Amino acid sequence: MIALKTLLGVVVIAIVVLVNTIVVMWCERKWLGHMQSRQGPLRTGWHGALQPFADAIKLLGKEDIVPANVDRPLFLIAPIIAFIPSLLTYAAMPWIESFVGASLDVGIFMVFAITAIFPVSMLFAGWSSFNKYSLIGGFRAAAQQVSYEVPMAVAIAGVVMLAESMRISDIVNAQHGLYYIILQPCAAILFFIAMLAEINRTPFDMPESESELVGGINTEYSSMRFALFFVAEYINVFTWSLIFSLLFLGGWNGPLFGGWDGPLGMVWLLLKTYAVIFMVFWVRATLPRVRIDQLTALGWRILLPFALASVFITAIGVFTNNFVLIVLEVIATAALVWLIARIGERAGEARRSEASARRCSDGSAIIPDPGSSPGSASGTSHTEVGA
Amino acid sequence: MGLSDSADTRLSQEGAATVAADDPAMAADDRSGVLVAPLQTIMNWARGHSMWPMTFGTACCAIEMMTVGSPRYDTDRFGIFFRNSPRQADCMIVAGTISLKMAPRMKLLYEQMAEPKYVIAMGACAISGGPFMHGYNVVNGVDQIMPVDIYIPGCPPRPEALINGLLTLMKRNAAGELSAAQRYRLETEGHL
Repeated sequence: MIALKTLLGVVVIAIVVLVNTIVVMWCERKWLGHMQSRQGPLRTGWHGALQPFADAIKLLGKEDIVPANVDRPLFLIAPIIAFIPSLLTYAAMPWIESFVGASLDVGIFMVFAITAIFPVSMLFAGWSSFNKYSLIGGFRAAAQQVSYEVPMAVAIAGVVMLAESMRISDIVNAQHGLYYIILQPCAAILFFIAMLAEINRTPFDMPESESELVGGINTEYSSMRFALFFVAEYINVFTWSLIFSLLFLGGWNGPLFGGWDGPLGMVWLLLKTYAVIFMVFWVRATLPRVRIDQLTALGWRILLPFALASVFITAIGVFTNNFVLIVLEVIATAALVWLIARIGERAGEARRSEASARRCSDGSAIIPDPGSSPGSASGTSHTEVGA
Repeated sequence: MGLSDSADTRLSQEGAATVAADDPAMAADDRSGVLVAPLQTIMNWARGHSMWPMTFGTACCAIEMMTVGSPRYDTDRFGIFFRNSPRQADCMIVAGTISLKMAPRMKLLYEQMAEPKYVIAMGACAISGGPFMHGYNVVNGVDQIMPVDIYIPGCPPRPEALINGLLTLMKRNAAGELSAAQRYRLETEGHL
């Protein structure tokens, strides 16, 4: 009986996750379309709502190519390793207090541990593909996700200190009335930036930098195996947005029917999650891709010190009161935002001075000198066009 | 790899231009049974609503091809979405003149694509060599190298013409018609 109930629960949660994943795919294409003054899918179903299904079924029906010279076992297993952990996270993820796979004492820790498997699959895919672009993509994925997991874990530490529990539903219930994004703005911003890197979204889509690496780790994958990577990526977008809204936006708490252990609680959670997903796509439509050295420098030299500072501030706040905590966190947030803005400004200045150095003496024409600037931030958010 | 090697894949323009719709035995795909038939219906619907061309352009027609992906023409409306890797692409838009040096590379890219795959010859050069027909290094039509599904005349064709070509291809897929490559295999080897 318990086994049957468990099985039913697994099926229900998997369906809920996959339906949401498809909605996320559709939302991305529609929102990105409208942000780029296009319309996005229109012809497949209502406003293109069936477009993800058409893409997925078409991919299923394509030829499954395993190229010669690939490391066959790794090549075949990599998409599965990408897909399964992305679903497995939901074993410990609460939707509402009573709708949860397993309400573990170490819930957030477990979720974090499972998502750490994802870069392994990318490394496998990159290594086994026998393709230089795949390999570069795989190494970038490993470097990026390992270096961004550190500030992310430290950012979560502050939340765990405030809630005095690692159980996700405890963390959500502790936010009743006062969400942690107010108490922990610095940690929330750090978490959001690190989250973008974890789910490989622009500006940190290094593993699949379309304008430089063909398809990155996906280059050699066709048919169903590519679809698994594709779906895993969107499940991860949904997963991390869900974690963000659980940890910082109060989960199923809300001004109306807040904390009610029923469907409306889930509606609150999903509304918040989709707001976060909107932010993720908004960032994608706005920012160009960073270079890999800029990415790791940002992770280790800015995010990590600020995450540690945020934990220190949280410790002070726990021993004094919330007011001190908020003031100190806001100061840290302002410093963080100022620093990131300053970096962008300086990069712009460097680019401008580089450009003026390349001008002729009369200051008119620019001499093309591709050797002098190894890849000033290139790439474009509009990934569909190019030749 | 010279062009003489690919003479066996030579396909007449008339052969590619005629659609297999008038031949129900070809269009129906004789594997259709109780289980396969609904599956085939779903697959045809999917192939008729999703088409990922490869990001690949050789000459000035590619400029028009890029325009097709831009907000003004927005092929994303129809589920047409440019994909970089040939492994994930469905169709190759041959946009521009094919030189003898480019031809083997293009054939390699074509062979890297996963079945079912389609080829669109865009513009005069890809159809016949166009204004450069008498050049010493110009392939006189891409159908000398690989089977072509759709010919789009023009020099270069307008973006609307390319969209029309892509939509025609998708309509054929939705009707369950075979691709030029499949028809060629059926004619020469007797199976898909």
